[in-house]
Amino acid sequence: MSDKENGQGMSRRQFLTYTLMGTGAFMAAGILTPMLRFAVDPALKRTSSAGKVEVGKVDDFGPDYKLVKFKVKIKDGWHEEEAEKSAYIRNKDGKILALSPICKHLGCQVQWNTSPDRPNHFYCPCHNGFYDENGINVPGTPPQAPLDEYEVEVKDGKLLLSLTPKPRGGA
Amino acid sequence: MFRRIYQWLDERLNIGPLWRDLADHEVPEHVNPAHHFSAFVYCFGGLTFFITVIQILSGMFLTMYYVPDILNAYQSVKYLQNEVAFGVIVRGMHHWGASLVIVMMFLHTLRVFFTGAYKSPREMNWVVGMLLFFVMLGLGFTGYLLPWDQKAYWATQVGVKIAGSVPLIGPYIETFLKGGDVLGAQTLARFFAIHVFFLPGVLLALMGVHFILIRRQGISGPL
Repeated sequence: MSDKENGQGMSRRQFLTYTLMGTGAFMAAGILTPMLRFAVDPALKRTSSAGKVEVGKVDDFGPDYKLVKFKVKIKDGWHEEEAEKSAYIRNKDGKILALSPICKHLGCQVQWNTSPDRPNHFYCPCHNGFYDENGINVPGTPPQAPLDEYEVEVKDGKLLLSLTPKPRGGA
Repeated sequence: MFRRIYQWLDERLNIGPLWRDLADHEVPEHVNPAHHFSAFVYCFGGLTFFITVIQILSGMFLTMYYVPDILNAYQSVKYLQNEVAFGVIVRGMHHWGASLVIVMMFLHTLRVFFTGAYKSPREMNWVVGMLLFFVMLGLGFTGYLLPWDQKAYWATQVGVKIAGSVPLIGPYIETFLKGGDVLGAQTLARFFAIHVFFLPGVLLALMGVHFILIRRQGISGPL
Protein backbone atom coordinates (compact mmCIF):
# COMPACT_ATOMS: atom_id res chain seq x y z
CA MET A 1 0.00 0.00 0.00
CA SER A 2 3.02 2.27 -0.36
CA ASP A 3 1.85 4.09 -3.49
CA LYS A 4 -1.64 4.85 -2.27
CA GLU A 5 -2.93 8.17 -3.50
CA ASN A 6 -4.28 10.67 -0.94
CA GLY A 7 -3.88 7.94 1.68
CA GLN A 8 -7.24 6.32 0.88
CA GLY A 9 -8.91 4.04 -1.65
CA MET A 10 -7.17 1.58 -3.87
CA SER A 11 -3.60 1.93 -5.04
CA ARG A 12 -2.89 2.16 -8.74
CA ARG A 13 -0.91 -1.07 -8.59
CA GLN A 14 -3.72 -2.92 -6.87
CA PHE A 15 -6.29 -1.62 -9.36
CA LEU A 16 -4.13 -2.85 -12.24
CA THR A 17 -3.59 -6.20 -10.57
CA TYR A 18 -7.34 -6.69 -10.12
CA THR A 19 -8.09 -5.58 -13.67
CA LEU A 20 -5.51 -7.91 -15.17
CA MET A 21 -6.56 -10.83 -12.99
CA GLY A 22 -10.20 -10.19 -13.83
CA THR A 23 -9.52 -10.09 -17.55
CA GLY A 24 -7.41 -13.22 -17.34
CA ALA A 25 -10.07 -15.03 -15.35
CA PHE A 26 -12.72 -13.97 -17.85
CA MET A 27 -10.69 -15.33 -20.76
CA ALA A 28 -9.88 -18.57 -18.95
CA ALA A 29 -13.56 -19.01 -18.10
CA GLY A 30 -14.53 -18.36 -21.72
CA ILE A 31 -12.22 -21.16 -22.81
CA LEU A 32 -12.91 -23.64 -20.04
CA THR A 33 -16.68 -23.28 -19.56
CA PRO A 34 -17.69 -24.85 -22.90
CA MET A 35 -15.15 -27.64 -22.41
CA LEU A 36 -16.30 -28.51 -18.91
CA ARG A 37 -19.98 -28.36 -19.87
CA PHE A 38 -19.10 -30.60 -22.83
CA ALA A 39 -17.43 -33.11 -20.52
CA VAL A 40 -20.23 -33.30 -17.93
CA ASP A 41 -23.00 -33.45 -20.54
CA PRO A 42 -23.85 -37.16 -19.95
CA ALA A 43 -24.57 -36.42 -16.29
CA LEU A 44 -26.98 -33.62 -17.20
CA LYS A 45 -28.78 -35.33 -20.08
CA ARG A 46 -32.33 -36.49 -19.51
CA THR A 47 -33.00 -40.03 -20.58
CA SER A 48 -36.47 -40.83 -21.78
CA SER A 49 -37.71 -44.26 -20.80
CA ALA A 50 -41.34 -44.07 -21.79
CA GLY A 51 -43.01 -46.98 -23.52
CA LYS A 52 -43.77 -50.59 -22.84
CA VAL A 53 -42.41 -53.85 -24.07
CA GLU A 54 -44.30 -57.09 -24.60
CA VAL A 55 -42.93 -60.14 -22.81
CA GLY A 56 -45.52 -62.83 -23.58
CA LYS A 57 -49.04 -64.02 -22.84
CA VAL A 58 -50.48 -63.60 -19.36
CA ASP A 59 -51.42 -67.27 -19.35
CA ASP A 60 -47.74 -68.23 -19.65
CA PHE A 61 -47.12 -67.14 -16.08
CA GLY A 62 -48.06 -69.11 -12.99
CA PRO A 63 -47.54 -68.79 -9.25
CA ASP A 64 -43.87 -69.72 -9.52
CA TYR A 65 -41.31 -67.23 -10.80
CA LYS A 66 -40.27 -67.48 -14.42
CA LEU A 67 -37.28 -65.63 -15.87
CA VAL A 68 -38.12 -63.92 -19.15
CA LYS A 69 -35.65 -62.19 -21.40
CA PHE A 70 -36.70 -59.39 -23.69
CA LYS A 71 -35.00 -56.91 -25.99
CA VAL A 72 -35.04 -53.18 -25.41
CA LYS A 73 -33.66 -50.61 -27.84
CA ILE A 74 -31.02 -48.50 -26.16
CA LYS A 75 -29.10 -45.51 -27.47
CA ASP A 76 -25.54 -45.38 -26.17
CA GLY A 77 -24.20 -42.15 -27.62
CA TRP A 78 -23.64 -42.79 -31.33
CA HIS A 79 -24.22 -46.51 -30.83
CA GLU A 80 -27.70 -47.99 -30.89
CA GLU A 81 -28.42 -51.56 -30.05
CA GLU A 82 -31.04 -53.96 -28.78
CA ALA A 83 -29.96 -54.74 -25.27
CA GLU A 84 -31.24 -57.84 -23.54
CA LYS A 85 -33.02 -57.26 -20.27
CA SER A 86 -34.72 -59.76 -18.04
CA ALA A 87 -37.40 -59.96 -15.38
CA TYR A 88 -38.67 -62.53 -12.87
CA ILE A 89 -42.44 -62.70 -13.37
CA ARG A 90 -45.11 -64.56 -11.46
CA ASN A 91 -48.90 -64.49 -11.52
CA LYS A 92 -50.09 -65.42 -8.06
CA ASP A 93 -53.61 -64.91 -6.68
CA GLY A 94 -54.48 -62.80 -9.72
CA LYS A 95 -51.66 -60.38 -9.03
CA ILE A 96 -48.77 -60.10 -11.46
CA LEU A 97 -45.36 -59.24 -10.01
CA ALA A 98 -42.45 -58.48 -12.33
CA LEU A 99 -39.11 -58.00 -10.58
CA SER A 100 -35.81 -56.79 -11.93
CA PRO A 101 -33.06 -59.35 -11.28
CA ILE A 102 -30.47 -56.64 -10.62
CA CYS A 103 -29.27 -56.90 -7.03
CA LYS A 104 -29.78 -53.69 -5.03
CA HIS A 105 -26.45 -54.18 -3.26
CA LEU A 106 -23.91 -53.76 -6.07
CA GLY A 107 -25.69 -54.65 -9.27
CA CYS A 108 -25.05 -58.38 -9.82
CA GLN A 109 -27.73 -60.69 -11.19
CA VAL A 110 -29.89 -62.47 -8.63
CA GLN A 111 -31.22 -66.02 -9.15
CA TRP A 112 -34.49 -67.52 -7.97
CA ASN A 113 -34.27 -70.43 -5.59
CA THR A 114 -30.70 -71.53 -6.30
CA SER A 115 -29.21 -71.39 -2.80
CA PRO A 116 -29.77 -74.49 -0.64
CA ASP A 117 -29.35 -72.27 2.44
CA ARG A 118 -32.67 -70.50 1.86
CA PRO A 119 -35.11 -72.19 -0.50
CA ASN A 120 -37.67 -70.00 -2.27
CA HIS A 121 -35.52 -66.93 -2.00
CA PHE A 122 -33.78 -64.77 -4.55
CA TYR A 123 -30.06 -65.30 -4.13
CA CYS A 124 -27.23 -63.05 -5.20
CA PRO A 125 -23.96 -65.02 -5.46
CA CYS A 126 -21.67 -62.01 -5.36
CA HIS A 127 -22.00 -61.26 -1.62
CA ASN A 128 -24.65 -63.75 -0.46
CA GLY A 129 -27.56 -61.36 -0.64
CA PHE A 130 -31.09 -62.73 -0.16
CA TYR A 131 -34.59 -61.51 -0.97
CA ASP A 132 -37.75 -63.34 0.04
CA GLU A 133 -40.38 -64.67 -2.34
CA ASN A 134 -41.88 -61.18 -2.71
CA GLY A 135 -38.50 -59.69 -3.59
CA ILE A 136 -38.11 -58.04 -0.18
CA ASN A 137 -34.50 -57.99 1.01
CA VAL A 138 -33.72 -60.24 3.97
CA PRO A 139 -32.33 -58.15 6.86
CA GLY A 140 -28.77 -59.07 7.81
CA THR A 141 -27.76 -59.74 4.22
CA PRO A 142 -26.02 -57.08 2.10
CA PRO A 143 -28.97 -55.62 0.09
CA GLN A 144 -30.59 -52.58 1.72
CA ALA A 145 -33.72 -52.39 -0.44
CA PRO A 146 -36.24 -54.67 -2.20
CA LEU A 147 -35.73 -55.64 -5.83
CA ASP A 148 -36.96 -53.04 -8.32
CA GLU A 149 -40.35 -53.67 -9.85
CA TYR A 150 -41.53 -53.28 -13.43
CA GLU A 151 -44.92 -51.72 -13.98
CA VAL A 152 -47.17 -54.28 -15.61
CA GLU A 153 -50.05 -53.86 -17.99
CA VAL A 154 -52.30 -56.51 -19.51
CA LYS A 155 -53.60 -55.84 -23.00
CA ASP A 156 -55.54 -58.38 -25.08
CA GLY A 157 -54.19 -61.22 -22.95
CA LYS A 158 -50.62 -60.05 -23.44
CA LEU A 159 -48.30 -58.89 -20.70
CA LEU A 160 -46.49 -55.57 -21.14
CA LEU A 161 -43.68 -54.26 -18.93
CA SER A 162 -42.42 -50.72 -18.46
CA LEU A 163 -38.95 -50.14 -19.91
CA THR A 164 -37.24 -49.28 -16.63
CA PRO A 165 -38.00 -50.88 -13.29
CA LYS A 166 -38.81 -48.59 -10.37
CA PRO A 167 -37.55 -48.89 -6.79
CA ARG A 168 -40.03 -50.06 -4.17
CA GLY A 169 -40.33 -48.81 -0.63
CA GLY A 170 -40.12 -50.89 2.55
CA ALA A 171 -37.54 -53.35 3.71
CA MET B 1 -7.67 -14.91 1.42
CA PHE B 2 -5.56 -15.90 -1.59
CA ARG B 3 -2.71 -13.89 -0.12
CA ARG B 4 -2.98 -15.83 3.17
CA ILE B 5 -3.02 -19.18 1.33
CA TYR B 6 -0.05 -18.11 -0.77
CA GLN B 7 1.88 -16.98 2.30
CA TRP B 8 1.12 -20.22 4.13
CA LEU B 9 2.42 -22.24 1.20
CA ASP B 10 5.37 -19.95 0.58
CA GLU B 11 6.56 -20.18 4.21
CA ARG B 12 6.75 -23.95 3.90
CA LEU B 13 7.67 -24.54 0.27
CA ASN B 14 9.45 -21.35 -0.79
CA ILE B 15 7.49 -21.20 -4.04
CA GLY B 16 8.41 -17.58 -4.74
CA PRO B 17 11.57 -18.35 -6.76
CA LEU B 18 9.67 -20.97 -8.79
CA TRP B 19 7.12 -18.66 -10.35
CA ARG B 20 9.46 -15.67 -10.38
CA ASP B 21 11.86 -17.62 -12.53
CA LEU B 22 8.99 -18.37 -14.94
CA ALA B 23 7.05 -15.14 -15.02
CA ASP B 24 8.91 -12.28 -13.37
CA HIS B 25 11.31 -10.83 -15.88
CA GLU B 26 11.84 -7.51 -17.64
CA VAL B 27 10.12 -6.87 -20.94
CA PRO B 28 12.43 -4.60 -22.95
CA GLU B 29 10.88 -1.36 -24.19
CA HIS B 30 11.27 -2.21 -27.87
CA VAL B 31 9.09 -5.33 -27.56
CA ASN B 32 6.38 -3.69 -25.45
CA PRO B 33 3.35 -2.56 -27.49
CA ALA B 34 2.51 -0.06 -24.72
CA HIS B 35 5.62 1.89 -25.74
CA HIS B 36 5.61 1.37 -29.50
CA PHE B 37 2.42 0.03 -30.99
CA SER B 38 4.33 -1.59 -33.84
CA ALA B 39 5.87 -3.88 -31.24
CA PHE B 40 2.70 -5.97 -31.46
CA VAL B 41 4.63 -8.14 -33.92
CA TYR B 42 6.51 -9.46 -30.88
CA CYS B 43 3.22 -10.97 -29.61
CA PHE B 44 2.95 -13.67 -32.26
CA GLY B 45 5.12 -16.18 -30.39
CA GLY B 46 3.03 -15.76 -27.25
CA LEU B 47 -0.17 -16.03 -29.29
CA THR B 48 1.11 -19.25 -30.85
CA PHE B 49 1.66 -20.61 -27.34
CA PHE B 50 -1.78 -19.42 -26.22
CA ILE B 51 -3.52 -21.18 -29.11
CA THR B 52 -1.41 -24.29 -28.53
CA VAL B 53 -2.74 -24.41 -24.96
CA ILE B 54 -6.29 -24.15 -26.31
CA GLN B 55 -5.54 -26.93 -28.82
CA ILE B 56 -4.23 -29.23 -26.10
CA LEU B 57 -7.21 -28.54 -23.81
CA SER B 58 -9.90 -28.84 -26.49
CA GLY B 59 -8.19 -31.94 -27.89
CA MET B 60 -8.16 -33.60 -24.49
CA PHE B 61 -11.86 -32.95 -24.09
CA LEU B 62 -12.65 -34.17 -27.62
CA THR B 63 -11.10 -37.56 -26.86
CA MET B 64 -13.78 -38.05 -24.20
CA TYR B 65 -16.19 -38.78 -27.05
CA TYR B 66 -14.07 -39.56 -30.11
CA VAL B 67 -13.15 -43.14 -31.05
CA PRO B 68 -10.41 -43.87 -33.61
CA ASP B 69 -12.18 -46.69 -35.40
CA ILE B 70 -13.31 -46.75 -39.03
CA LEU B 71 -16.84 -47.87 -38.18
CA ASN B 72 -17.44 -45.40 -35.38
CA ALA B 73 -15.11 -42.43 -35.89
CA TYR B 74 -17.46 -40.44 -38.11
CA GLN B 75 -20.50 -41.34 -36.01
CA SER B 76 -18.75 -40.31 -32.79
CA VAL B 77 -17.70 -36.97 -34.28
CA LYS B 78 -21.23 -36.39 -35.56
CA TYR B 79 -22.60 -37.24 -32.13
CA LEU B 80 -20.21 -35.03 -30.16
CA GLN B 81 -20.75 -32.13 -32.55
CA ASN B 82 -24.54 -32.27 -32.81
CA GLU B 83 -25.84 -33.87 -29.64
CA VAL B 84 -23.41 -33.01 -26.84
CA ALA B 85 -23.76 -29.60 -25.21
CA PHE B 86 -21.15 -27.13 -26.55
CA GLY B 87 -19.83 -29.86 -28.84
CA VAL B 88 -19.91 -27.52 -31.78
CA ILE B 89 -17.90 -24.97 -29.76
CA VAL B 90 -15.28 -27.36 -28.46
CA ARG B 91 -14.76 -28.98 -31.86
CA GLY B 92 -14.89 -25.52 -33.42
CA MET B 93 -12.06 -24.37 -31.15
CA HIS B 94 -9.94 -27.33 -32.21
CA HIS B 95 -10.86 -26.96 -35.88
CA TRP B 96 -10.25 -23.21 -36.23
CA GLY B 97 -7.38 -23.20 -33.75
CA ALA B 98 -5.56 -25.76 -35.88
CA SER B 99 -5.44 -23.32 -38.78
CA LEU B 100 -4.85 -20.28 -36.60
CA VAL B 101 -1.87 -21.81 -34.82
CA ILE B 102 -0.16 -22.34 -38.18
CA VAL B 103 -0.90 -18.71 -39.16
CA MET B 104 0.44 -17.36 -35.86
CA MET B 105 3.51 -19.55 -36.06
CA PHE B 106 4.17 -18.33 -39.59
CA LEU B 107 3.84 -14.67 -38.52
CA HIS B 108 6.15 -15.36 -35.57
CA THR B 109 8.68 -16.87 -37.98
CA LEU B 110 8.44 -13.83 -40.26
CA ARG B 111 9.02 -11.47 -37.32
CA VAL B 112 12.05 -13.44 -36.17
CA PHE B 113 13.36 -13.45 -39.74
CA PHE B 114 12.87 -9.76 -40.50
CA THR B 115 14.18 -8.54 -37.14
CA GLY B 116 17.22 -10.77 -37.61
CA ALA B 117 16.56 -12.38 -34.24
CA TYR B 118 17.85 -15.74 -35.51
CA LYS B 119 21.43 -14.45 -35.75
CA SER B 120 24.30 -15.41 -33.43
CA PRO B 121 24.04 -16.48 -30.65
CA ARG B 122 20.43 -17.58 -31.28
CA GLU B 123 20.89 -19.89 -34.28
CA MET B 124 19.98 -23.01 -32.30
CA ASN B 125 16.67 -21.54 -31.22
CA TRP B 126 15.83 -20.93 -34.89
CA VAL B 127 16.55 -24.60 -35.50
CA VAL B 128 14.33 -25.64 -32.60
CA GLY B 129 11.65 -23.31 -33.95
CA MET B 130 11.83 -24.96 -37.37
CA LEU B 131 11.46 -28.38 -35.74
CA LEU B 132 8.41 -27.04 -33.89
CA PHE B 133 7.03 -25.86 -37.23
CA PHE B 134 7.31 -29.33 -38.75
CA VAL B 135 5.85 -31.01 -35.67
CA MET B 136 2.90 -28.62 -35.88
CA LEU B 137 2.42 -29.43 -39.57
CA GLY B 138 2.52 -33.13 -38.63
CA LEU B 139 -0.19 -32.52 -36.05
CA GLY B 140 -2.29 -30.81 -38.69
CA PHE B 141 -1.76 -33.66 -41.17
CA THR B 142 -2.57 -36.47 -38.72
CA GLY B 143 -5.50 -34.62 -37.13
CA TYR B 144 -7.12 -34.00 -40.51
CA LEU B 145 -7.78 -37.73 -41.00
CA LEU B 146 -9.48 -38.34 -37.67
CA PRO B 147 -13.10 -37.30 -38.52
CA TRP B 148 -12.92 -40.03 -41.20
CA ASP B 149 -15.14 -38.23 -43.69
CA GLN B 150 -14.60 -37.95 -47.45
CA LYS B 151 -12.39 -34.86 -47.16
CA ALA B 152 -10.25 -36.48 -44.48
CA TYR B 153 -9.88 -39.72 -46.41
CA TRP B 154 -8.90 -38.26 -49.77
CA ALA B 155 -6.68 -35.54 -48.30
CA THR B 156 -4.75 -38.23 -46.47
CA GLN B 157 -4.64 -40.40 -49.59
CA VAL B 158 -3.00 -37.49 -51.42
CA GLY B 159 -0.67 -36.67 -48.53
CA VAL B 160 0.46 -40.26 -48.17
CA LYS B 161 1.09 -40.50 -51.93
CA ILE B 162 3.20 -37.33 -51.79
CA ALA B 163 5.22 -38.85 -48.97
CA GLY B 164 5.54 -41.97 -51.12
CA SER B 165 7.13 -39.98 -53.94
CA VAL B 166 10.32 -39.43 -51.94
CA PRO B 167 13.21 -41.07 -53.85
CA LEU B 168 14.31 -44.53 -52.66
CA ILE B 169 12.65 -44.61 -49.22
CA GLY B 170 9.29 -43.24 -50.41
CA PRO B 171 7.43 -46.59 -50.55
CA TYR B 172 8.62 -47.45 -47.04
CA ILE B 173 7.42 -44.11 -45.67
CA GLU B 174 4.07 -44.65 -47.37
CA THR B 175 3.62 -48.12 -45.89
CA PHE B 176 4.74 -46.87 -42.49
CA LEU B 177 2.19 -44.04 -42.56
CA LYS B 178 -0.64 -46.28 -43.76
CA GLY B 179 0.28 -49.09 -41.39
CA GLY B 180 -0.32 -51.55 -44.21
CA ASP B 181 -1.23 -51.74 -47.88
CA VAL B 182 -4.54 -49.92 -47.69
CA LEU B 183 -5.53 -46.59 -46.25
CA GLY B 184 -7.96 -47.87 -43.64
CA ALA B 185 -8.40 -49.16 -40.11
CA GLN B 186 -4.70 -49.31 -39.31
CA THR B 187 -4.04 -45.88 -40.78
CA LEU B 188 -6.69 -44.30 -38.60
CA ALA B 189 -5.41 -46.05 -35.47
CA ARG B 190 -1.81 -44.94 -35.99
CA PHE B 191 -2.72 -41.42 -37.07
CA PHE B 192 -4.67 -41.12 -33.83
CA ALA B 193 -1.72 -42.41 -31.79
CA ILE B 194 0.68 -40.05 -33.56
CA HIS B 195 -1.74 -37.12 -33.20
CA VAL B 196 -2.50 -37.47 -29.48
CA PHE B 197 0.60 -39.12 -28.01
CA PHE B 198 3.77 -38.94 -30.08
CA LEU B 199 3.68 -35.48 -31.66
CA PRO B 200 2.27 -33.65 -28.60
CA GLY B 201 5.06 -35.22 -26.53
CA VAL B 202 7.70 -34.00 -29.00
CA LEU B 203 5.94 -30.64 -29.21
CA LEU B 204 6.01 -30.09 -25.44
CA ALA B 205 9.66 -31.10 -25.20
CA LEU B 206 10.66 -28.75 -28.03
CA MET B 207 8.60 -25.90 -26.59
CA GLY B 208 10.41 -26.42 -23.27
CA VAL B 209 13.77 -26.12 -25.03
CA HIS B 210 12.54 -23.10 -27.05
CA PHE B 211 11.56 -21.22 -23.88
CA ILE B 212 14.63 -22.20 -21.87
CA LEU B 213 16.83 -20.88 -24.68
CA ILE B 214 14.92 -17.58 -24.73
CA ARG B 215 15.46 -17.16 -20.99
CA ARG B 216 19.09 -18.09 -21.25
CA GLN B 217 19.90 -15.85 -24.23
CA GLY B 218 17.47 -13.02 -23.55
CA ILE B 219 15.31 -11.22 -26.07
CA SER B 220 17.27 -9.89 -29.05
CA GLY B 221 17.97 -6.17 -29.22
CA PRO B 222 16.05 -3.52 -31.17
CA LEU B 223 16.52 -3.00 -34.89
